[in-house]
Amino acid sequence: MKIIAVDREGNTQDVEGNDGWTVMEALRDARLPVTAECGGACACATCHVYVEDGWFEKLPEQRDEEIDMLDMALEVQPNSRLSCQITCSDETDGIKVTLAPE
Amino acid sequence: MNAPSSSAASPENGPSSPIETDVVIIGAGPAGLFAVFELGLLDLKAHLVDILDRPGGQCTELYPEKPIYDIPGLPIVNGQELVDKLMVQIAPFSPVFHLGEMARALEKLPDGRWKLSTDLGQQFIAPVIVIGAGGGSFVPKRPPIPGIDAFEGTSVFYAVRKMEQFRGKDVVIAGGGDSALDWTLNLAPIVKSLTLVHHRDGFRAAQHSVNQMRELVAADEIDFQIASVKALHGDNGVLNEVTLAGPDKIERRHKADVLLPFFGLTMKLGPIADFGLNLNENLIPVDTEKFESSTSGIFAIGDINTYPGKLKLILSAFHEAALMSQAAFHICRPNEKLRFQYTTSSSNLQKKLGVK
Repeated sequence: MKIIAVDREGNTQDVEGNDGWTVMEALRDARLPVTAECGGACACATCHVYVEDGWFEKLPEQRDEEIDMLDMALEVQPNSRLSCQITCSDETDGIKVTLAPE
Repeated sequence: MNAPSSSAASPENGPSSPIETDVVIIGAGPAGLFAVFELGLLDLKAHLVDILDRPGGQCTELYPEKPIYDIPGLPIVNGQELVDKLMVQIAPFSPVFHLGEMARALEKLPDGRWKLSTDLGQQFIAPVIVIGAGGGSFVPKRPPIPGIDAFEGTSVFYAVRKMEQFRGKDVVIAGGGDSALDWTLNLAPIVKSLTLVHHRDGFRAAQHSVNQMRELVAADEIDFQIASVKALHGDNGVLNEVTLAGPDKIERRHKADVLLPFFGLTMKLGPIADFGLNLNENLIPVDTEKFESSTSGIFAIGDINTYPGKLKLILSAFHEAALMSQAAFHICRPNEKLRFQYTTSSSNLQKKLGVK
């Protein structure tokens, strides 16, 4: 399954998202500069992405913990998510995410 | 548990005289804390320097209440509990903590020892330096507003040191966590105007703070805007206005003398990058026998080091601390023979641990 990732310079690349991995793990595995300081514990807001093109609504709803943690992220937009809280699956195949500024 | 002993240098007191010790550990996270134990068993004294105001590093700063399941022998322990237990474990060795200080410069002395200086002017002289700095120093997150650096320290502050400096000013506070709310409540009575800016009408902060803030808004004493700060306007570091944009994306100018962004902390490597340690992608390459860097006498343990097969796990840091300590002993006590002993059977070690 595929993730279309846009880095902070605007370059787009396809990233392989293995079933059950988080989008953060897939981005990091592809060596995109996602900091993910806490390692995926929803505790740092340094894996912040914008979910594009209608994908945001298709994702399972955010947990309160993620909504709260986004308060520590910079430049939050209505389509902001923490990529450690999005799990890759058939439903996310083709999802497009953009790395938020740091 | 006893409070950690602390001897902080402060700008008011001026730098104190250099502290001579066996080992200076940069970083008081789990790696640095357990290093105190392993060094202590070998009678090596340690001082720890950490930019945070309490020991624990990421464990206490990022996930104090999150469970950890892969510490051998502790089926479940949260970040704060692990740090508390490590503090108990190392208490017999009386480590000295220098908290709220950043290791800034490292220099080799003619006698082969190292001189480490902190940003508060404290100096240490030791034959061994151990870097257990994890992902680097925790520093405030800086909003990606163009040109913000020109206003930092004059009109943009990431912490409030003296409330008085904001008396009578037009203040904008950005963020939705406890710091943003606490400073909104504390500064509201003394400033000319206060505007809290946050991306949503919801807050990660304590409910009673949120309630108090809402009462101030209802009483028209402060302003709350769902928006983010897009631009800063002013000259020579003196802010006059900020540009705010809300969900409608319409940009509006807003009077502001001061901007206080509170988005928590992030890790930056900081001055360690200039210690000449041949960094590889911000990590310190070490050998796997002693966890020594390319520079003799400087070791790196925990998340900050790299070697073939490295796993960023707390348990790896513990192993690395044990092997590092053996090597540190030979540097600190070149004329002594290292006696390898077990805590289970050695009455000598048990005496050091205060259990015999």
